[in-house]
Amino acid sequence: MNGLGVRVVRVAERAFDAVFGARANPLRQLGALAFWLLWIVVASGFWVYALYETSVDGAWRSVQELHSLQPWGGGLMRSLHRYASDAFLLVSVVHLLREALLGRFRHFRWFSWVSGMPLPWLALISGVIGYWMVWDQRAQVIGQLAFEWAAVLPGIGLELVRNFIDAQAITDRFFSLLSFLHIGVPLLLLLGLWVHLLRLPNALTQPRRALAAGTLAVLVLASLGWPASLLPRADLEQLPLVIQLDWVYLGLLPLADAAPVATGVLCLAVTLALTLLPWWPPRRAAAPAARVDAPNCNGCTLCLADCPYGAISMAPHPTLPAPTRIAVVRSDLCAGCGVCVGACPSITPSRRGAPVVTGIDLPALPLATLREQLEAAIDALPDAAPRVLVLGCGVAARPGDCGPGTVMVTAPCAAQWPPVFVEYALHRGVDGVLVNGCPDGDCSFRLGERWTAERLAGTRRPQLHFQVPRERVRVHRAAREDSASLVQAVQTFRAALAAAPIPSEIRS
Amino acid sequence: MNKPLQWIGQGVLYVLFAAFVVVFADWPPYRVLAPGHGLLRLSFSHPGKISTDCRQRSAEEMAKLQPQMRASQDCQRARSPVHALVELDGKRLVDQDFAPAGLSGDGASSGYWRAPIAVGTHRLRVQFRDDVRGGAAPFEREAEVQVREGQIVLVDFKADQGGIVIR
Repeated sequence: MNGLGVRVVRVAERAFDAVFGARANPLRQLGALAFWLLWIVVASGFWVYALYETSVDGAWRSVQELHSLQPWGGGLMRSLHRYASDAFLLVSVVHLLREALLGRFRHFRWFSWVSGMPLPWLALISGVIGYWMVWDQRAQVIGQLAFEWAAVLPGIGLELVRNFIDAQAITDRFFSLLSFLHIGVPLLLLLGLWVHLLRLPNALTQPRRALAAGTLAVLVLASLGWPASLLPRADLEQLPLVIQLDWVYLGLLPLADAAPVATGVLCLAVTLALTLLPWWPPRRAAAPAARVDAPNCNGCTLCLADCPYGAISMAPHPTLPAPTRIAVVRSDLCAGCGVCVGACPSITPSRRGAPVVTGIDLPALPLATLREQLEAAIDALPDAAPRVLVLGCGVAARPGDCGPGTVMVTAPCAAQWPPVFVEYALHRGVDGVLVNGCPDGDCSFRLGERWTAERLAGTRRPQLHFQVPRERVRVHRAAREDSASLVQAVQTFRAALAAAPIPSEIRS
Repeated sequence: MNKPLQWIGQGVLYVLFAAFVVVFADWPPYRVLAPGHGLLRLSFSHPGKISTDCRQRSAEEMAKLQPQMRASQDCQRARSPVHALVELDGKRLVDQDFAPAGLSGDGASSGYWRAPIAVGTHRLRVQFRDDVRGGAAPFEREAEVQVREGQIVLVDFKADQGGIVIR
């Protein structure tokens, strides 16, 4: 199932890559896009709320006047508020589906997965309340349907329905309560989003500018061309025969009208099943957590800054004098990705015969093993130039054969390769090093491809030494299913290396 | 893919996204009532009478109680369920007990029921019984109602308005 899910996602992503380019692909920034849509909802909501009257007589009239008196202002904002809300819920659900299909919910990811589950429900509740505030025939019908459905739950009485059937039961305070809830529930949603991102340092909460601008533009155009509908004022002595329904937010209500208990059980079962997905069989063992080597950890905090899951904290160093600190790994949060290993500046691969020294390492695949594999691979390369070493990522493309004169060594994540290993490989006689990671913005360990690119570009510590000729180092991004792209990149790189003279001083 | 084709592709995908949002924001329409129908709705919230008779306490019993607890009558808290009966043109539509709310059964009974009814003139008979002891006569009302398309006929119980209300 997971394999099929991954293939489905990758096919869709490749199609979007072709249209948007890898960097601006909306499928790889669904969470950030949802944030952007939420800000549009909040901003437009402020405008609408400023002109909204919280009274029986004023609620519908004030909304109607938004459209009739200021179609380019309040009317536009109300339509934008509605459409952006729909888009927010849709994008959030697609984000959830994508992560589920990619299997990104187990082990260290469980917290983000579980904390994300209530968020679509909070959005849904807030949306339904928003529709009530308009106090048109739609509000009347969905209010009745929603409370009839809610009455299935124990402890929720049917007297709440009376708010939508008895004109004498409705007061201005009812609309004040709705306003309070329509602001309060989204605040809970924001709190939920904060919790959702608690264990995701450097979370991407802003989509690329082009995507943000495009999304806003198309929603504004839709709001201008097809303003959000407003039905006649609610009349509690008369029911409309037919209403227009927002199926994104209100689609469950007709279902609940037909089968309230079954719909409730279905919603509960789906939510519960999704919430428990991280513990669903088949359970796989988690990768062993990174280990800190106290004598070689100088408390530089680079691993703390780079860890994609907030698994590292700092503590007083057990042997070195204060204020020196030491990195401490929380094994339940550690993905075993090795991003921290690549961040350690204590690494010394070039001391031949001496063991590799590092402040933090992966027990499953220590740097010493990686150096052995790298040396063996370089030794196996033919003498004919250009000789290319591909430092690969265990999750990204891993073609069986990268072409002549090329050899590949793989780590769990491209970011496990410290920049000094690139330098070391060049000194060992390869003509070029290509580091391949996951597609842009879609690192399986969130930030690996980003940190790799920044370290090799010299904009993030630990940097690739400034004397290393940059034309000898290349970063590529190709997903597991896109091996052809990596082979192509290697060929292009080899051609470029063949055309350029190889400075002898970079060889030892 | 070259740039112009990419821009066209992006435009198409943006439009499809917006079209999805706009279309399903209002379509397809939802039918609330079938043509030629109105709605008969029963909705009430009314506390039934105390379900058991109060008992007069004896002097000995009173003496055993704390001074501030010496009420002359011992009354149980539980209320009677409210029994509602609704008949339309002689056909019984509702004939049901609605239990009082609360852990001790001392709250109001709330009832809710609805069904579409055909447009036209109907004979509506409603009866409420709120005392299981059977001492008090049930509340009863019979009326002829003219139902228009989409009209809601509401049957309620309001003690301060004389009992059964048909609107």
